[in-house]
Amino acid sequence: MEFKDKILEKLNSNFPSLHVETTDFRGDFCIKFSADKVVEVCNLLKHDSELQFVLCEDITAIDWATSKNRFTMVYHLFSLENKFRLRLKVDIDESISAVDTVSSVWRTANWQEREVYDMYGITFNNHPDLRRMYMPEEFEYHPLRKEFPVMGIPGSLPLPKK
Amino acid sequence: MGLEAKLQQDSFFTTTFDAIISWARKSSVWPMPMGISCCAIEMMAVGDPKYDIARFGSEVMRFTPRQSDLMIVAGTVTYKMSHVVKKIYDQMPEPKWVIAMGACTSSGGMYRSYSVVQGIDQFLPVDVYLAGCPPRPDNLLNALIQIQEKIGRTKARDFQNLPNPELLKN
Ligand code: SF4
Repeated sequence: MEFKDKILEKLNSNFPSLHVETTDFRGDFCIKFSADKVVEVCNLLKHDSELQFVLCEDITAIDWATSKNRFTMVYHLFSLENKFRLRLKVDIDESISAVDTVSSVWRTANWQEREVYDMYGITFNNHPDLRRMYMPEEFEYHPLRKEFPVMGIPGSLPLPKK
Repeated sequence: MGLEAKLQQDSFFTTTFDAIISWARKSSVWPMPMGISCCAIEMMAVGDPKYDIARFGSEVMRFTPRQSDLMIVAGTVTYKMSHVVKKIYDQMPEPKWVIAMGACTSSGGMYRSYSVVQGIDQFLPVDVYLAGCPPRPDNLLNALIQIQEKIGRTKARDFQNLPNPELLKN
């Protein structure tokens, strides 16, 4: 059995009601499912003795600038044991703009989620320390949102006095 | 100064304080290497034997602003970093000079974006702008020579080292 099928089979047997979409483009295997199950699925992927996705390489988001399902959260996982890279995607509506934190699963997710919060304004439920990562704390905007102008908003970032 | 050949016996020469002080100042400019990103690599190259900034009396890179007279801002200054740069500049004793090294510091360079200051002259008095991305090390030496020429034209009384009332207020 291929490893991809094993992942899907594990997901199916543990979460029978979970609707999973997969894409497999040039060796990038990707799983898409609903946002409310993200912590359970991540826990399974990490702690299952055969899967062992112990490395959370990156967490980022996409702003589609659409009215429905505006944001997509993207998680890049790697299994050192199986040398397999997996991508998870969950859609989030703009009216919610929040998703459960996976920092309880991988501790690295703490900072990666802070980065997503900083850049997209997506909040993470139960996050232990949701502060901005790059921008100054008093900054009011989220620069990677599509409505944010590339050159920024004049006066939003103060310069020192001359 | 080629004086030694003339000094066959006890002798003296006359000059002005301004001439001798500015000569001393310009021959021992101590840089504060404010290396923030890639331009700093070229700034390091200036210190190596090939380019050898010691020929111009500036090999003493001081990593404390309190001992430096020349700040070489080498790299992309973001808005967040600008406060740090200014704070370090304020700690340097007068008289002091600033080189804006590279496209980023001079004008924001290729980073026309919300996070990068579009030219550090918005918050620092820049003496020499240095073109290039990154500038070649010999270009930095050229900037140093221009700073030296500028220092050579100064008068000692231009710098009274009076405390800045603005800074005392904070
Ligand atoms: S001017 Fe070019 S080399 Fe220098 S800091 Fe900017 S991007 Fe880097």
